Amino acid sequence: MDAIRTNALTLGYGEEDIIEELDLVIPKGKITVFIGGNGSGKSTLLRSLARLLKPKEGSVVLDGADIARTPTKKIAQKLSILPQSPVAPEGLTVLELVKQGRYPYQSWLNQWSEKDEKAVQRAMEVTGVKDLSERKVDSLSGGQRQRAWIAMNLAQDTDIILLDEPTTYLDLTHQIDILDLLSDLNEEENRTIVMVLHDINLACRYADHIVAISNKTIYHQGDPDTIVTPELVANVFGLRCQIMNDPHSGTPMCIPFSRGRRKKDASHARKMDA
Amino acid sequence: MWKGNFIMIEKNKGKWIGLGIGSIIVLFFMWGSVIWGLTKIDTQMVIDSFLRFDGSNEHIIIQDTRIPRSLIAAAVGASLAMAGAIMQGITNNPLASPSIFGVNAGASFFVVLGITAFGMTSLMSFTWLAFLGATLAVIIVYSLGTLGKDGLTPIKMTLAGAAIAALFSSLTQGMLTLNEQSLDQALFWLAGSVQGRDLNILTAVFPYILTGLVASLLIGKQINVLAMGEDLAKGLGQKTWLIKVLAALTIVLLAGGAVAVAGPIGFIGIVIPHVARWMVGIDYRWVIPYSGMLGAVLLLIADIGARYIIMPAEVPVGVMTAVIGVPFFIYIARRGINE
Amino acid sequence: MKRYVPFRIGNISFLMNYRSIAYVVGLVLLTIVLIILSLGIGQLNVSPIEVVRALFDSSTDMNNLVVQSFRMPRVLMALFAGAGLAVSGAILQGMIRNPLASPDIIGITGGAAFATVGFLAFFSDRSNTLTVSIQWLPLASFIGAIVTGFLVYFLAWKNGGIKPMRLVLIGIGVSAAVQAFTTMIMILGPIFTASRANIWITGSVNGANWSEVWTIIPWFFLLMAILFVYVRRLNVQELGEDLAANAGSLIQRDRFMLITLSTSLAGIAVAFAGGIGFVGLMAPHIARRLVGSSFGSLIPVSALVGGCIVITADLIARTAFAPLEVPVGVLTSAIGAPYFIYLLYKSRNQ
Repeated sequence: MDAIRTNALTLGYGEEDIIEELDLVIPKGKITVFIGGNGSGKSTLLRSLARLLKPKEGSVVLDGADIARTPTKKIAQKLSILPQSPVAPEGLTVLELVKQGRYPYQSWLNQWSEKDEKAVQRAMEVTGVKDLSERKVDSLSGGQRQRAWIAMNLAQDTDIILLDEPTTYLDLTHQIDILDLLSDLNEEENRTIVMVLHDINLACRYADHIVAISNKTIYHQGDPDTIVTPELVANVFGLRCQIMNDPHSGTPMCIPFSRGRRKKDASHARKMDA
Repeated sequence: MWKGNFIMIEKNKGKWIGLGIGSIIVLFFMWGSVIWGLTKIDTQMVIDSFLRFDGSNEHIIIQDTRIPRSLIAAAVGASLAMAGAIMQGITNNPLASPSIFGVNAGASFFVVLGITAFGMTSLMSFTWLAFLGATLAVIIVYSLGTLGKDGLTPIKMTLAGAAIAALFSSLTQGMLTLNEQSLDQALFWLAGSVQGRDLNILTAVFPYILTGLVASLLIGKQINVLAMGEDLAKGLGQKTWLIKVLAALTIVLLAGGAVAVAGPIGFIGIVIPHVARWMVGIDYRWVIPYSGMLGAVLLLIADIGARYIIMPAEVPVGVMTAVIGVPFFIYIARRGINE
Repeated sequence: MKRYVPFRIGNISFLMNYRSIAYVVGLVLLTIVLIILSLGIGQLNVSPIEVVRALFDSSTDMNNLVVQSFRMPRVLMALFAGAGLAVSGAILQGMIRNPLASPDIIGITGGAAFATVGFLAFFSDRSNTLTVSIQWLPLASFIGAIVTGFLVYFLAWKNGGIKPMRLVLIGIGVSAAVQAFTTMIMILGPIFTASRANIWITGSVNGANWSEVWTIIPWFFLLMAILFVYVRRLNVQELGEDLAANAGSLIQRDRFMLITLSTSLAGIAVAFAGGIGFVGLMAPHIARRLVGSSFGSLIPVSALVGGCIVITADLIARTAFAPLEVPVGVLTSAIGAPYFIYLLYKSRNQ
């Protein structure tokens, strides 16, 4: 089962193409993560899946229909996207923000139905921002703020949620916190999650399906355990590395090779420190 | 900065030659500014008016009207354009210019204040008032520009300038509503014109403009460094505050001097630096002199055009420059500036 | 007390914000107090109680005449012009996502000024009398505002849409251009026209009459009613382009509609009261400090704050420098510009 697929999708700004003739399938009910170097077009691709960017050629298909020909409100009821580091208007409260997720279901007379209220309350509960509902978004910490934005996406009540680098500008604790939340949403509510992540190790930990993008197309895709190899890292990121098993999760972990600084004999390093 | 620098002159030798050709063009239009207009004049009359002044109408017009007008247009055009180039360089804002940043409005405010509150009437007193007002406006906009860690963003800076301009013009109009007689006097000045200005006014202000011209040619190299961003410039060991203060003084001398002589004339300071960058790239050692040259040509042409459009009356030259400048401004804004 | 309370009848439902309702009620009371004060103070001082009595009294003594025929239309004009400019600014600031935008900065006011000056010059004969009725002047200004608004809008159109920031910058440019033309007409025309136009440009509610007030009121409420339908769309616009698209809004269509509303509201205000500066900038900002950014609350509060600002400014403008009467626009600019600088200062590191 596929959630979204693309047919010969070509994307770009102005003259330059960023993605060329891409056929991609996003599996349903899974967590898919796009990885790639800076400027590889992974964010561009994600945006096009959410119809924020019109394809130059080709199409994006959601539920069997081309999204370019589907009414935008219909899409908004099936798919939601959280752009990279969004900025809330000054003075907006968390409730007022999360409430915006209900936009595709409202009409101008019916702006706060019981269904809207339930969806918003639930979204705030799941993301743990219910106690903050009357706080101003701009007064929250980075991690809380990101949870509030995700709550807005949840209130939209879509099967598919796209996120563009949801962990940027967060410290390590909050990165894990947000990714755990997304993983719960996937497991408990069977939502399809597609995101762009910078950190390949976190990508391997959380993804069911990794799509490595390089040279305007897909370099390789599939289960992180099988596809993430030193060769892939070398070709996608241009970095030499060793792949080990993550001692915590058993997923692949990338140990980059570097030239300088504090090279000790790795096997003895711990003992020597002790 | 520009993608297609199709007419960009790459070699230094070419740039020197361009400067030479440009100077000849300036001289050509200065000459044109003397002989073209409602009263027919030819080169022989001009020479005669110097050698054998006979008090004829033509000779009087040449000596008292056309020559001052030609000199003023060249000096004012060059000053405004160079001031604009420096402003754009140090604020990293392609829309920076004396008119958008409220310098003209500040000058106008002081002139009107002088007329209504102190009953001043002579053009010479307007000149000094305008200088003072322009200086004040530069100081205000400049201090606003230094707010924040890395200065204001170009957008905020542009909005700040627009707000300062709005404040000054509102106060100006407020004073004028109280006194109809002063309105009559002020309107003439407020239109911005290089016509009807006595050569004395130019000679009074010229030392300041000249100092500004020389200074602006000298700080080109420093502006190149500063244009990369304040942090970087500091990192390269530049005393950025000193350069900024010097640049501000230069802007005051040039823009203040220009508006003092000719009243508020807009858009030259925006348009010309872009054309100059088009021709010589982003090196301010060249952008500034080219701006000066091109600015002089533009104002001379605009002023000559202003005589012919509704002859025998004249369009205020400030309107001419707006007509030329606004489409250009819109073009730049559409192309997009860094937010 | 709970801040948010749902309101539902059948298929009609809204989320009400009690705190905002409290602010609206408070501001309405403040407006009434300001109106009564403003009606009472002037060359002829009338006590507040007398003012209230005069409002409901149909006799023709001096107090009644001054309060009902002279001061009341002026105060109401100040109220509605201020409210119109404030709401216009609130829409622009939300759409452009920048608290520094306002109808005067993007050229709407300038366009109206140009049309006004053009009207006065074009329809004057040699003896400086108008050849058509002065009643058409507001229409001319209104058309000037609307035409300029759309001119800016279309010039900002690129690659199938407008970007709010581009709109602002182009507005500044167009504003400068129309200003140059305004000056030209003022210079070329007779001084009488210039002086009259100048008062208009500065912004003044002096001489407002009842027929003008009765013209502005229905337009104001009509536009506000349409805006009320659009509040929801404005709320998502304010989240930025990507999130508005994500929520399923037709961004460009909504923007067009919102610009039309903003321009029209500013247009009716300047048509009657001239270019009262900075109200469109200050009022929405103060309102945002009070009730936050959600437009359901922000719009009524902005309107009331804007009305209060202009009523107060006009009261000061006509009394503080008596017998001189300063146009109210000078006063709002004198307060507004420092306020603007304060805003810049506050947002300096963003």
